[in-house]
Amino acid sequence: MIHSLFMINSAGDIFMEKHWKSVISRSVCDYFFEEQQKANSPEDVNPVISTPHHYLIHIYRENIYFVAVCTTEVPPLFVIEFLHRVVDTFTDYFGDGGETAIKDNYVIVYELLEEMLDNGFPLATESNILKELIKPPNILRTVVNTVTGSSNLSDTLPTGQLSNVPWRRAGVKYTNNEAYFDVIEEIDAIIDKQGSTVFADIQGVIDCCVKLSGMPDLTLSFMNPRILDDVSFHPCVRFKRWESERVLSFVPPDGNFRLISYHVGSQNMVAIPVYVKPNISFREGGGRFDVTVGPKQTMGKLVESVVITCAMPKVVLNMNLTPTQGTYTFDPVAKVLTWDVGKINPQKLPNLRGNISLQSGSPPPESNPAISVQFKIQQMAVSGLKVNRLDMYGEKYKPFKGVKYLTKAGNFQVRT
Amino acid sequence: MTDSKYFTTTKKGEIFELKGELNSDKKEKKKEAVKKVIASMTVGKDVSALFPDVVNCMQTDNLELKKLVYLYLMNYAKSQPDMAIMAVNTFVKDCEDTNPLIRALAVRTMGCIRVDKITEYLCEPLRKCLKDEDPYVRKTAAVCVAKLHDINAQLVEDQGFLDQLRELLSDSNPMVVANAVAALSEISDTSPSPAAQMEMNQQTINKLLAALNECTEWGQIFILDALSNYVPKDDREAQSICERVTPRLAHSNAGVVLSAVKVLMKGMEYVGMETEFVTTLQKKLAPPLVTLLSSEPEVQYVALRNINLIVQKRPDILKHEMKVFFVKYNDPIYVKLENWTSYPSATQENIAQVLAELKEYATEVDVDFVRKSVRAIGRCAIKVEQAAERCVSTLLDLIQTKVNYVVQEAIVVIKDIFRKYPNKYESIISTLCENLESLDEPDARASMIWIVGEYAERIDNADELLESFLEGFHDESTQVQLQLLTAIVKLFLKKPTETQELVQQVLSLATQDSDNPDLRDRGYIYWRLLSTDPAAAKEVVLAEKPLISSETDRLEPTLLDELICYIASLASVYHKPPSAFVEGQALVVRRTQLPVRSASGEPGATGATESPVPQQAQPVQQQQSVIPSHDTAMGDLLGDLLSMDLNPQPQQQMSMTPAPQQDMGGMDLLGGGLDSLLGGPSPVAGMPASQASMGGGLGDILGLGISSTTYVPPKQVWLPAPKAKGLEVSGTFSIRQNVRYMDLTLKNNAMAPMGDFAIQFNKNSFGLSPASALQVPSPLSPGQTADVTLPLGTNGPVQKMDPLMNLQVAMKNNIDVFYFSCLIPIHLLFTEDGQMGSASDRKVFLATWKDIPDSNEVQKEIANPNQLDPKGISDKLQQSFIFTIAQRNVDGRDMLYQSLKLTNGIWVLAELKIQPRSPTMTLSLKTRALDVIPQVQQAYELIIANM
Repeated sequence: MIHSLFMINSAGDIFMEKHWKSVISRSVCDYFFEEQQKANSPEDVNPVISTPHHYLIHIYRENIYFVAVCTTEVPPLFVIEFLHRVVDTFTDYFGDGGETAIKDNYVIVYELLEEMLDNGFPLATESNILKELIKPPNILRTVVNTVTGSSNLSDTLPTGQLSNVPWRRAGVKYTNNEAYFDVIEEIDAIIDKQGSTVFADIQGVIDCCVKLSGMPDLTLSFMNPRILDDVSFHPCVRFKRWESERVLSFVPPDGNFRLISYHVGSQNMVAIPVYVKPNISFREGGGRFDVTVGPKQTMGKLVESVVITCAMPKVVLNMNLTPTQGTYTFDPVAKVLTWDVGKINPQKLPNLRGNISLQSGSPPPESNPAISVQFKIQQMAVSGLKVNRLDMYGEKYKPFKGVKYLTKAGNFQVRT
Repeated sequence: MTDSKYFTTTKKGEIFELKGELNSDKKEKKKEAVKKVIASMTVGKDVSALFPDVVNCMQTDNLELKKLVYLYLMNYAKSQPDMAIMAVNTFVKDCEDTNPLIRALAVRTMGCIRVDKITEYLCEPLRKCLKDEDPYVRKTAAVCVAKLHDINAQLVEDQGFLDQLRELLSDSNPMVVANAVAALSEISDTSPSPAAQMEMNQQTINKLLAALNECTEWGQIFILDALSNYVPKDDREAQSICERVTPRLAHSNAGVVLSAVKVLMKGMEYVGMETEFVTTLQKKLAPPLVTLLSSEPEVQYVALRNINLIVQKRPDILKHEMKVFFVKYNDPIYVKLENWTSYPSATQENIAQVLAELKEYATEVDVDFVRKSVRAIGRCAIKVEQAAERCVSTLLDLIQTKVNYVVQEAIVVIKDIFRKYPNKYESIISTLCENLESLDEPDARASMIWIVGEYAERIDNADELLESFLEGFHDESTQVQLQLLTAIVKLFLKKPTETQELVQQVLSLATQDSDNPDLRDRGYIYWRLLSTDPAAAKEVVLAEKPLISSETDRLEPTLLDELICYIASLASVYHKPPSAFVEGQALVVRRTQLPVRSASGEPGATGATESPVPQQAQPVQQQQSVIPSHDTAMGDLLGDLLSMDLNPQPQQQMSMTPAPQQDMGGMDLLGGGLDSLLGGPSPVAGMPASQASMGGGLGDILGLGISSTTYVPPKQVWLPAPKAKGLEVSGTFSIRQNVRYMDLTLKNNAMAPMGDFAIQFNKNSFGLSPASALQVPSPLSPGQTADVTLPLGTNGPVQKMDPLMNLQVAMKNNIDVFYFSCLIPIHLLFTEDGQMGSASDRKVFLATWKDIPDSNEVQKEIANPNQLDPKGISDKLQQSFIFTIAQRNVDGRDMLYQSLKLTNGIWVLAELKIQPRSPTMTLSLKTRALDVIPQVQQAYELIIANM
């Protein structure tokens, strides 16, 4: 299974290593560096690298390569999923999983890694359990620890680890019992020049924040569960009941967790909430840029936080544009145009137009750049998914419940 | 207050300082010190010197401190084994602790101390912990068995830990079961011994399935992997396993999903062919796979590699989901490049979309990506026949862009399209030819050459095009050279008249000047084919090629079946079976069976995909398929070949002698070898006939002794040393035992040794050619002389020379090629069967004599210096194959009637009037070919004078 882990920052320093079995020399990372050099950008390094004696499987997150070293045949997805879980845990503990955070919390990181993997086998990866074992750092606790001499390491057995609901710790107590559900949908789409949809699908998740005392047993039902035909559940969801009744029945973990993630496939019609009318042309020495954004199928909701980015061809020297609203920036090094539009007013469509100047002497680019769009629409789930009701069994109190909907752009691209 | 403070003490006496702190009385200070030590350790600093001090901190009630010390121990025990023993007691004590967390921690840490001495102490506590009342301890102990096995496998087997581990498979706690499975899998993966194998029966499977629903995601992966190794005993069992595994497809952990997919893919094989169950299951597989493709790029990559295998096995699974494979411009390149894997799923319904999308990609920036798109267009054309036309027009559009790499790639795929749909799209050849100059990649060049060769008859200037490639032959890659060779041979077979030179050139380039064995061998094969049997050559080279299918970039079925068993593993990412890349461990073959599979997987098969040289890819099929229509064409070709011969004699038959004397030994200096290709089918008069009259020949040999049956002129200097950079060649011709020889003496007058001799004849009047390679003792040192005999054949290429008997010879050595000419004595060409009719039956002779008009009779006085009698003359002449048919005495003069036959079938009849005691004789020769008369006269004189 996973033999060792190296963390490598963008400068190529191995700033942390952890071995779960025998120690593997750092030199094994040379194979990784070799591969890294071949790649054009940091994201482009092939995630599975084979070397004569080891297999390097890595993920790239927070500008850090997390390189796992394996010596035997392993399921690579197992390793990749685990590495993502490691970073998620760091983010959960330290607020972010970046290099500084890791360096600032070296010992905790080490303890966490030790706790998460034993002999290469995952041990405790549930944030709930880990937090019982190793307390997350916070200023108050550090002060208390220093004064009292107590540690941030618990000396009790993590109860949840043994129960049939390993994701929930026992003896949870709240004065305010509340359960919030966020239905968040992201639209991935490719729109072609003519404005017709080449490809669109919806990635949805329901993230929960459940702070309920005791051992509540929740049932969440939907108005239109048929939309959900491709779902993956948190382990707490009882799959049998979903199969037979199309309701989500579960004993929730304590705190924040992702209940389900779902996918509304490309076969269904996806309502595209915004349109972009691009008009980009190049000629010798320069070009015109004219882009208009407008709402499409928004069910009357406001489109907000619209940001338009466009990676211009390398020959573009500068852009001189005028927006009717919002602000734009052009990064002349990365050649990226970013236009922060803000809200779209359907009466007065935002527009950005102006001139492009090219490097003198170079021929005008052959293809136009693709535009990617970000936006948010509150109180709407673009798939039409609606929560019907939430029932609680097993506990006597009345919890406070709430559902929020949010639609945003995932990988939303417009070809020009 | 963060941990970075631990790194600030980088002063000289750091270790010393820490030592002091570790031995401090204050708990707090101690702990801080241990933390500093750990921090140094994590960044790779050597703090092993502190080992005893840290171990001293171990006996504490403080769990955190204990853990920290354990961390330290694990890291450094190996380097300080003696010290590590000090820690053993504490471990054993901790294993008895009331707190299960401490017990588990102790067991866990002990297993991580990779010191042999410690392992012995470990056994007892471990055995206890495996039976601990607390499942947390049990599951930790299960993993510890795997750790111990890694350190000392024998110990684990001897102590019976494996059996205990197997018992844990039926533990009540699913987490314990999962860990036991994981430990057992790892042990059986690394251990060859049968005791270590995980036996699976129906009972354990049921337990695993029960545990599957309740254990952690990681445990599920272990259990699913174990399940996939189980062979269900019938299809009902397979079906029930599939049913119970299916819910795992909805798990949020991608690893679980893919492992479940593996179990299901294998399960479907066991369930049997396309039952309803399989169809529904296939439908259920699609959504989770699609979901994987919307996760993190790393997951996407692994998923795509696996989907590649899955759609090859079951192309229907994703046929409705083509859109998810469409590429976004900001996908990492490794994901972009893998998205093509889905194209086996292209169907008639979705092809329009797919094509539009591919065309879009072909204008992208990234070169590799663009290439793959163009290639994918070609694949689509081959896969979906209805779309071929659109694909071709798309490709043509792309060629018009004149973007170099696009054009090259397009040509490569168009070649495949031509092969798939022959005689459909050849109209675009002219467009392709326009782009000839811009091709600089071997693949593209080879493809273009293939197209030119294949459609040579439709391309007017095919020979010019190919010739232009030939100029830089040596600079081309092997692939292009091979293709060029084949293409030119094709061209030659199609247009033999105009391309002799070219084919000659390429064959000599391929066979002589190349170091590449493939190229040389292919050159020889073609050469031999062309020279012995052009009809066969045509059948082989121009055979109908098997249509290529869309499977060209697919894996070989057995390999695919094997890889299906390895879905979700590294093997599926590499597309190689683990045996091909896992090394240094006794890999037990245990997961590799699918129910329907043939014996052996071929690891190298992946490389053999999409061969750019079609001929190379299917040599066997080519040779097997014979095209009848070509046989008639062959007749024409032979006609052409024959009409090129100047030889006036009638062609007797088309017997294709497998002529061993045809072996040219790789020399083609003058192109004679090539012409011998043309001469190949001409009748071989000499050799078979010589065997027939062997009896007579033998008598002569006996009569004359062993040396030489015929008159051998003395050696002459043919090539003086100054003309040949120090090589002097002198020689003569002889017949020994019915074989004609050129006897050569080579003298090295130069200062340096010579070697690599080879010889070649130009076309000559009687088709003389070397019958074997020139065997010269090599190297020929300076001053050394070598006598060499070169057997000659008489069925080489024929061209009338002036003078008639002139023979132009090229001789090559390591220095240069030299040319000289010599005269062939005509008696060399007299054949053993030159006796017309027989001694008793003179009618044939008489009839022939009368048949030849008198104008063809030439008389000459020749000398008879020794004044031999008729009997003597007759005997002498017979040794040189001039046969006496009859003898008469008219008016005191002896009349000898004689006949001889030349190797090319020309008969010469002679009447020799011998005046007793006269120094002269009168020789009358009668033949249809007057040209040879002076030579025959000369031969008579020579033979008689030299007897």
